[in-house]
Amino acid sequence: MNDTLRLQELGNVVIRFSGDSGDGMQLTGNQFTSAAANIGNDVVTLPDFPAEIRAPAGTIPGISGFQLQIGDHKVNTPGDFPDVLIAMNPAALRANIKDLRPDGFAITDADAYDERAIAKAGYAEGIDPFSREETLGKQVIAAPITSQTLAALEEFTEMTKKDKERCKNFFTLGLLFWLYDRSPDFTITWLKGKFAKKPMIAEANIKAMNEGMIFAQNSGLFQSQYKIPGAVTKPGTYKFLTGNEAAGQGLIAAAEKAGLNLFLGSYPITPATTILEEVARHKNFDVKAVQMEDEIAGICCAIGAAWAGDLAATNTSGPGVALKGEAMGLVMILELPLVIINVQRGGPSTGLPTKTEQSDLMQAMYGRNGESPIPVIAAKSPSDCFDMAFEASRIALKYMTPVILLTDGYLGNGAEAFRIPDVSELPELPTNFRTNPEGYQSYARDPKTMAREWVKPGTPGLANRIGGLEKDQLSGAVSHDPDNHDHMVRARAAKVANIANDIPDLEIHGDQDGGEIVIIGWGSTYGAINNKVNKYRAEGKPVSQVHFSHIFPFPKNTLEVLKKFKKIVVAEMNLGQLNSLLRAEFTVETIPLTKIQGKPFTEDEIAAVVDQLL
Amino acid sequence: MNAESKYTKKDFVPPGDVKWCAGCGDYAILAQVQKVLAETGISPDQFAFISGIGCSSRFPYYMNCYGLHGIHGRALAIATGTKVANPDLHVWVAMGDGDGLAIGGNHFIHAVRRNVGIKSILMDNRIYGLTKGQFSPTSQRGAKVKTAPMGTVEDPIDPISLSLSLGGSFVARTTDRDVKHMAEVLRRSQEHDGFSMVQVLQNCPIFNDGAFDTWVSKGKEEYVLKLVHGEKMIFGLDNEKCIVRNGFSPKVALVAEVDEKDIIIHDEFATDSGLAGFLSQLNGTNGMPMALGIFRQIDHPAFEAEYRRQNAEAAATKGKGDLATMLHEGETWTL
Repeated sequence: MNDTLRLQELGNVVIRFSGDSGDGMQLTGNQFTSAAANIGNDVVTLPDFPAEIRAPAGTIPGISGFQLQIGDHKVNTPGDFPDVLIAMNPAALRANIKDLRPDGFAITDADAYDERAIAKAGYAEGIDPFSREETLGKQVIAAPITSQTLAALEEFTEMTKKDKERCKNFFTLGLLFWLYDRSPDFTITWLKGKFAKKPMIAEANIKAMNEGMIFAQNSGLFQSQYKIPGAVTKPGTYKFLTGNEAAGQGLIAAAEKAGLNLFLGSYPITPATTILEEVARHKNFDVKAVQMEDEIAGICCAIGAAWAGDLAATNTSGPGVALKGEAMGLVMILELPLVIINVQRGGPSTGLPTKTEQSDLMQAMYGRNGESPIPVIAAKSPSDCFDMAFEASRIALKYMTPVILLTDGYLGNGAEAFRIPDVSELPELPTNFRTNPEGYQSYARDPKTMAREWVKPGTPGLANRIGGLEKDQLSGAVSHDPDNHDHMVRARAAKVANIANDIPDLEIHGDQDGGEIVIIGWGSTYGAINNKVNKYRAEGKPVSQVHFSHIFPFPKNTLEVLKKFKKIVVAEMNLGQLNSLLRAEFTVETIPLTKIQGKPFTEDEIAAVVDQLL
Repeated sequence: MNAESKYTKKDFVPPGDVKWCAGCGDYAILAQVQKVLAETGISPDQFAFISGIGCSSRFPYYMNCYGLHGIHGRALAIATGTKVANPDLHVWVAMGDGDGLAIGGNHFIHAVRRNVGIKSILMDNRIYGLTKGQFSPTSQRGAKVKTAPMGTVEDPIDPISLSLSLGGSFVARTTDRDVKHMAEVLRRSQEHDGFSMVQVLQNCPIFNDGAFDTWVSKGKEEYVLKLVHGEKMIFGLDNEKCIVRNGFSPKVALVAEVDEKDIIIHDEFATDSGLAGFLSQLNGTNGMPMALGIFRQIDHPAFEAEYRRQNAEAAATKGKGDLATMLHEGETWTL
């Protein structure tokens, strides 16, 4: 027994699990996450996939990871750098040790370090992976995870050695449960349910986990135990959702609230595909999740469905948006509702498919021929993808317009606790279907919303023809009249501009009356900026945050808010796209804070620019 | 035909002028579609006409039905969405050879393969008309046009052969000059449950005049084989020629010189893809006659019906979709 253990209280911890795909790191991470969430910690998670599906085991390209941050407050992000690294083999250690915080520690499986594995990880011959040079002086705890797991399962005589070895992730989970003073009860219940038909597997994993906890306590490898108290969270029922799952469910919710069927026309593309998969899982809602032959067909079939009266959507990533451009112009001029979700990834061209970026904002704004205004909104967190998919649907249906929702790979794959809304909290989404043939003009506009009416093909007495040619401002008949064209181009622009009156004002997090510095962001940078701004404010520094959820049109108090601050820093994962939009629209001085590495901002990177302005 | 139809052709004619060139074969196609649909007894507003870009793609504007004039090549993709969203609509697509087979070729093959319940008319004039005379994917090798002043150096697509190879459930060819034949093919197309591909050989009097003269002008009987279900494949001015087998290929022979039993009998409903491949060779090349008629019509589940079936099945087994249930599915916790 180790009598010298201390129980330390922490505000938050970042843990990264890393191993081969067969090591069950995501499962282990998810179990730890669930256990933490159950006692009320705030949690955000992010898987890190290699670009190749099955690179050779034991090599650095084959390593996949899963990072999470838990805290006693809103943690906002999966964390910049891990405090704890779980590395199941030498390659995992070698690939991740540089990210480990200097005062953190790594736990690795001592049994995985045979000569062959060390060589596969790319260490030169004769190099000791645990030498100071290789660990960069950081603490590495090598625990005999595999052998201890096998020893723990000795009594399971019916299991093969290979099957027993597969329980090592639960042994590792046991180590962590002890280290972070967590009850394993939640995971025990989960295992019993998961393996209800294979009780031996459940028992073996439970045994391995319990032995892991005992080993952690008795081995003397760990000097401290840690405790992270629960966060003060809005009461409610929660579950984990990735951003893409949330977006898919947001669309389904919007369709239900509009009394429409959902139609998602799509084509597989990383990192957006799981939205299609999520919607396809819910056929009992009479959704049509249609995987088409290409990106163009994906949006075009959605346009055909929108015309027919469905709540239609298409989901993709940047290269797909490039292909959909012409069809986006069509749906804009037809004035039909359509939700277009771009889960952004690293560009240009094929770029960095599995990495994150915010470099498609200008594409969303201007990536079409002609004057083609389409509202643009952005989600700021995984769970916000639900709200923003719902909001995109609301705008599309109310204003008879396509709407672009920008998320990104970081949000789409990342997960956080999602507070399940009461269905009655979600607003009804009215539609403006017309059935009365009397005096119908297909492009007559509602005086308030400037939207035209929606007529489903098949409605008696209202047969009409619409198309991509310019049309008469009332009858919708093809018109090449110069004045009519001028009128229509301006009317379509005015309709979208008018949406500014129907979206929330910008909010200032910080100095309400303005002040020294404001950090402006949009989309997934919210969490990183918020964490940093909170730290500045705790130190009494005059830094505020303003975050855009609606980008086109901008909220109507935008200029008023910008003018309140002496220095406007615009932080985004591109070379300054929102920055350019703000300058062009409001002629304000701004300071771009840009990063384009396929990775989210760290707090240090924000500090590097903002500290100099203080 | 529905003798009691309360609609006439006029009910399918919208206000406004038709703006195709004088003498264009598209006029005949439009007139026959209007006539055939009037005879179905179905109200014009139950039809949705969808098109891409090109001369033929103006078609929806000239039908007094719901119409969507889309973008180049994408009509079948748009129509797929409309049909899946509302399987009760009668969805028609008008497309040209460039629209349907060049820029829209990908959508063409997948629409045929999926068997979406769309009635398509491929108005094939073997030329780009709206852009004023460039070669199309159905232009014959060597065609001298503005973009190939020395003649094209590529072989054409045969849309019948392509459709048959994709398992097309309704594949037919007709011409803009034989309006009775066209009407019958269109009527059968409208009645078909699944994707129908009707190629209409259509004359462009401006940029490719006379492209189909061999098969539509005086003396055409020598070169045209009318496919009629259950009948022998016999043609010629005096019905003196016939089609027999030569290995896996058709061969033209004289009726007088073959055993009557060897003359191929047409079977529209044969599911045998070998016969389909055999028939597809009757396209006016290699000494073969141009076959007109319905090459193949088979029963095959329509795409939209399968979506409907699966959704009904999901609702029956999982229960009709309920938002609160969906939102609470999986692991949850309450704070």
